[in-house]
Amino acid sequence: MTRLLEFHAAKWDEPIVMEMGRPGGRGQIFPEPEAEVSKAVGADLIPSNMARKDRPELPEITEFEAQRHYLHLSQMTLGMMGVSLFGTCTMKYNSKTSEYATLRPELAEVHPYQHPDTLQGVLSIFHDFDGILQSLSGMDQFIFQAGGGADAAYTMAIIARAYWADHGMLDQRTEMITSIQAHPCNPATAAAAGFKIVNLPLEENGYPSLDALKAAVSDKTALIMINNPDDMGIYNPEIKEWVRVAKEAGALCFYDHANFNGVMGRLSARELGFDACMFMLHKTFGAPKAGGGPAVGAFGCCDALAPYLPCPVVVKSGEKFILDNDRPKSAGKVREFWGNVPQVVKAYAWTRGMGAEGIKLASDISVVANNYMDKRLSEIPGLVISNPEISVNRMEMTRWSFAPLCEETGVGTVDVANRMADFGIDPFWMSHEPWIVAEPFTPEAGELWSKEDIDLWIDVIAQITHEARTDPEMVKSAPHNQPIAQVKGDVFEDPEKWAMTWRAYQRKTGAIDRTERRRQ
Amino acid sequence: MKIGLIVNPIAGLGGRVGLKGTDGPDTVSEALARGAVPQAGLRACRALMRFADRVPGAELTVAAGDLGADWANGINLDLSVIQIANQNGSACDTRAAIAAMGNCELIVFAGGDGTARDVCAALAANQATLGIPCGVKMHSGVFAVTPEAAGGLIADIYTTPDRIDWNDEAEVMDIDEAALRAGHIAPVLYGHARVPVQRNRMQAAKGGPRVDWGTALAGAAAEVVEQMEPDTLYVIGPGTSAGVVMRAAGQTPTILGIDAMRDGAVIGRDLGAAELEALTSTAPVRIVLGVTGQQGFLIGRGNQQISPAVLTRAGRDGLIILGAEDKLRGLAQPVLWIDSGVPALDAELAGYHRVRTGRGRETMMLLSTG
Amino acid sequence: MPTDTKSHPWMALSAPGAIDAMLAEIGASTVAELFEQIPQDHYRKTPLDMPPALTSEMELRRDLVTRLKRNGDCEVNLSFLGAGVWQHHVPAVVDEIVGRTEFATNVWGSYQSDHGRNQAWFEFSSQLGALLNLDVVQLPVYSWGCAIGHAMRMAARITGRSKVLVSQLSDPERLSVIRTYCQPRDMDGSIEVVTLAADPATGRLDLEDLKAKLGDDVAAVYFENPAYLGTIESEATQISKLARAAGAETIVGVDPASLGVITAPGDYGADIVTGPVQPLGVHMQCGGGAGGFIASRDEERYVRTYNGFLVSIAETQREGEFGFGLACPHQNSYGMREDGNDWTGNSTYLWAIAAAVYMSLLGPEGFAELGRLIVSRARYAARLLADIPGVSVVWPDGHFKEFVVNFDSTGKSVAEINTALRTHGIFGGKDISDEGLNLGQSALYCVTEVHTAADIRRLCDTLKEVLA
Repeated sequence: MTRLLEFHAAKWDEPIVMEMGRPGGRGQIFPEPEAEVSKAVGADLIPSNMARKDRPELPEITEFEAQRHYLHLSQMTLGMMGVSLFGTCTMKYNSKTSEYATLRPELAEVHPYQHPDTLQGVLSIFHDFDGILQSLSGMDQFIFQAGGGADAAYTMAIIARAYWADHGMLDQRTEMITSIQAHPCNPATAAAAGFKIVNLPLEENGYPSLDALKAAVSDKTALIMINNPDDMGIYNPEIKEWVRVAKEAGALCFYDHANFNGVMGRLSARELGFDACMFMLHKTFGAPKAGGGPAVGAFGCCDALAPYLPCPVVVKSGEKFILDNDRPKSAGKVREFWGNVPQVVKAYAWTRGMGAEGIKLASDISVVANNYMDKRLSEIPGLVISNPEISVNRMEMTRWSFAPLCEETGVGTVDVANRMADFGIDPFWMSHEPWIVAEPFTPEAGELWSKEDIDLWIDVIAQITHEARTDPEMVKSAPHNQPIAQVKGDVFEDPEKWAMTWRAYQRKTGAIDRTERRRQ
Repeated sequence: MKIGLIVNPIAGLGGRVGLKGTDGPDTVSEALARGAVPQAGLRACRALMRFADRVPGAELTVAAGDLGADWANGINLDLSVIQIANQNGSACDTRAAIAAMGNCELIVFAGGDGTARDVCAALAANQATLGIPCGVKMHSGVFAVTPEAAGGLIADIYTTPDRIDWNDEAEVMDIDEAALRAGHIAPVLYGHARVPVQRNRMQAAKGGPRVDWGTALAGAAAEVVEQMEPDTLYVIGPGTSAGVVMRAAGQTPTILGIDAMRDGAVIGRDLGAAELEALTSTAPVRIVLGVTGQQGFLIGRGNQQISPAVLTRAGRDGLIILGAEDKLRGLAQPVLWIDSGVPALDAELAGYHRVRTGRGRETMMLLSTG
Repeated sequence: MPTDTKSHPWMALSAPGAIDAMLAEIGASTVAELFEQIPQDHYRKTPLDMPPALTSEMELRRDLVTRLKRNGDCEVNLSFLGAGVWQHHVPAVVDEIVGRTEFATNVWGSYQSDHGRNQAWFEFSSQLGALLNLDVVQLPVYSWGCAIGHAMRMAARITGRSKVLVSQLSDPERLSVIRTYCQPRDMDGSIEVVTLAADPATGRLDLEDLKAKLGDDVAAVYFENPAYLGTIESEATQISKLARAAGAETIVGVDPASLGVITAPGDYGADIVTGPVQPLGVHMQCGGGAGGFIASRDEERYVRTYNGFLVSIAETQREGEFGFGLACPHQNSYGMREDGNDWTGNSTYLWAIAAAVYMSLLGPEGFAELGRLIVSRARYAARLLADIPGVSVVWPDGHFKEFVVNFDSTGKSVAEINTALRTHGIFGGKDISDEGLNLGQSALYCVTEVHTAADIRRLCDTLKEVLA
């Protein structure tokens, strides 16, 4: 076994920023208006009934205090400082050179309503990156307006809406079909767009059966939304037939390419028959996740759906790149402007840094690394792989279960996750809803990590299962060397106690500030 | 949380010797005569060992003798033993023991469906239950998967009761054993009990109330009512999942029986097969069925009143199936079963059906003839 | 490109022999074996067609910087563009904090391992709550328009009604998003978006039209303060009173940069408040700085209808210690799939941290100074522009940082004027002539704290030259 890291998280006992500072403390100062300005316009420019009378209860601290406070908070965030094999999110290196490039004023201080002649640099990146994604997927046009994978699924739903409305069949094509194992955003966004949801259950092969799909599709089906492989690491080998069956019934077919990492350069959504697909640039394409965005769901579709795309669409006209806003059949916008531009630039940089061969190699590595993990995890007593009766090699991630360990020791997946951080290892992803697998966890190695990293991660799992048998209470009361002890969950559903702001907290608890607390 | 344990020492006797249960003293004698070894006590013992491993010295209330205490011998638990007067090896013992455990919030029992029925009939309103699986018949939704799983769950309830989810509507079902031994399966729904839900879906660390699938199902039921066609007979029930349709129509369902509606009015309650056949002979027929229990029997178990003739009238497209998503996921196999008694009819009705799980929400489920 | 001797800097296992060693441990002879699940006829036939790899950081940086330098930016040029993203000063400390790798790379660990980030999130909500005078603030959604869309759907859930009222002078960009979230009719959960007349003299809502349209089928009235065209809605209290009397929710959109000088929406009867996060320390990034917040009073009927992440302070197992976690985590789409409130997913949470740092740097005095400076300079710019022959300001008083400049009397179109200004290194205001607002050849100018009096004079001088 690898020697486990001796680790202790930073603990700063940091006050809430609202408790900090002193009257008159300043972190930023703005000049008074120039004399000529004041002279021309005077004071009291806000209508008196709308002029703010109270002082907002914000902290009054120095610039250094703000910097130090938030540096402390960053230090109390594990991030990717250890080993993070966070499944379904495909943890990658986020290149600093692209990070720094996007901080330059040539991008940071650019306005989306500038004349396109002054945006040719960023538009060239959009255009060329669109071309790269077209090659990877076989689609004809990509847009980047969606602020995440879920928003791209929503984009699909509203495009389907516009498509069927344009064909005069929106009142008939009312159903979206998906798998119970699809990411929750697929049924959720389709439902938010007004579609009825038909779920297909998993059957003995680990994926929904073709017969179930055949029974579900009809002239009421507007679209199907499906991912493949799924989060269990199972690839549905009937997917081509699925698409054929769905399209035969007239439905649109959307490929949620959330789990693209294991099939990059191997599969083409279009060649499998899909009409549209989605890539997550903040995961598969190397842009940082930042705790949940800014993110990008790159949405691509075939020419038949392109008239319905949200505007603007970046296209090349002669030697110039332009923003095409002239799409009368457009489904409308899912978000203002044209996307989380810096993330698109970073994703473009990732594809350029990898190249076609590098991308295919990354896919190989992620599948090799995951199968290596499966082998080692299968040797740890108390763990069981999802769908244990399916003996095929899994794709780039596999869902596992601590159910046997939990039954034996009472230590479940939540407890293990809490304990992992004590070793400097990021807690794993468990599972999306519904939890079909009991006590689930879903590791994904991707192409970034070394064998030593992966071994360390697995050794930590093995160590915790050992602890579960020898000292279960220690595991259940973990973590022990994190910035804080286990958070009590009792307030989170209690309207009398939950507090989403400091002012709510003070109101509900009569909380005194920290100086006062320390004195007591 | 205060926990009580009752063992039905004769539960499960019949299985190993080819009897289909041990309801009734004659069957017990027959089983013992065939060489049966009592299983329930040993299985209770396995559960208690797991409990004591997890929480050494935990408090537990038990009935005296082979109703409980005998099986906890030598296990590191702090027992309070309750004496049962006039113990005679019948269901009366179970009832008397529960009556004496009024201060326990959870009654754990070792037994099968018959025991579950006796236990649930005796539970007070605030008492929950959990079965250590020992019986031959276990159609009720109150059992843990294994004795060890039961022991682990008891430990969780004992140490962290606020992390436990509760299901107030677990179905208690039993089969007429005499009929079963004669080759007929006829499970009957006897009621509902409050049971702990095994922690396998939600992230316990998040705490708080869970998804309310009942509300979603009520949405599905309201949609069914909105879509009801005129001059059409709706045969509804039995069970809570079908009963929500009656509720959505502003009616009170006969939970353990079958009701009929036409044009918004209830035209029959707790109907038998002959009455249903008479009612359905004229109008178009729809049958509203609920997914109940863990076995997934849709037709032919507990609703034999819906005869082949009525099913034939309704046809494949006349079946309206409701089931909360958690019930679908809780099925032993992801399949629904049909056994109408007429194989050709079963074959005709089998295949994939839409199960309504909420308003505008459906899940495809395979209806199989087995 | 990786070769037998050279590995890729972003892939440890691209080192020579590394994959083979792993295969040996797995007991597989080839990589292809591991892909056994994929049928042969699923593999793509078209080869990848991608530009050559730029594996060295040096080459990659060169490509990125060369391309980006083809942009004209608002530091080199003098820009008066606003309308959804605005050029504000971003303190350097904000850039440092959002650039911290821990904040840039984290996903979703445990409440303990994410503690610092969760505290920063809570401080975002707490400080914004102090500016808004409201007790509940959700982590930001994708954009202001998305925030409004969710807020309208919240109102529909709360009231069981399906109509919302918005000003006819709404931003077409945000309105397009709102329509996406609300419509089309005849689908489940659709909400009708009805426009309200504006008072031509002030640009504010026409209260008579509001009264006429406020029936018992209205879920919410939405107005902005300041509004799309910069005007301050001084009848805010009256509007929310009318809405309440009709059983409708009052949804307000506010510019947080104005809240040092304009009344907090929590004090004039707003039920749900939305707004952009970008003014709070986020660079424009060509629109990539967008993010939208949603806030409300702390009443269960509101809290239960939020779509995303609500961060609550909580106790830990250690006496006297604070931690943070998600309140009502099961009501969103992660918890309930299609039965959750709308949907959620990755959003713009890094900007919550940027905004937290920004608000802590400014404090109460900073926001007051900022507001005074912006409104003074914007008003100054409006005065100076209105003095140019042929140029008028549509509503010369009662605006905050944006205002409408009309060029009808110059005989030139806004497009022509802006093209001419651009040759002088000035980005004129957003051309709103084709937005159906009946304002002729008009542009929406934005002036903030970054525009000095000298910048404004330069704009006016150049404009005179261009119009001459």
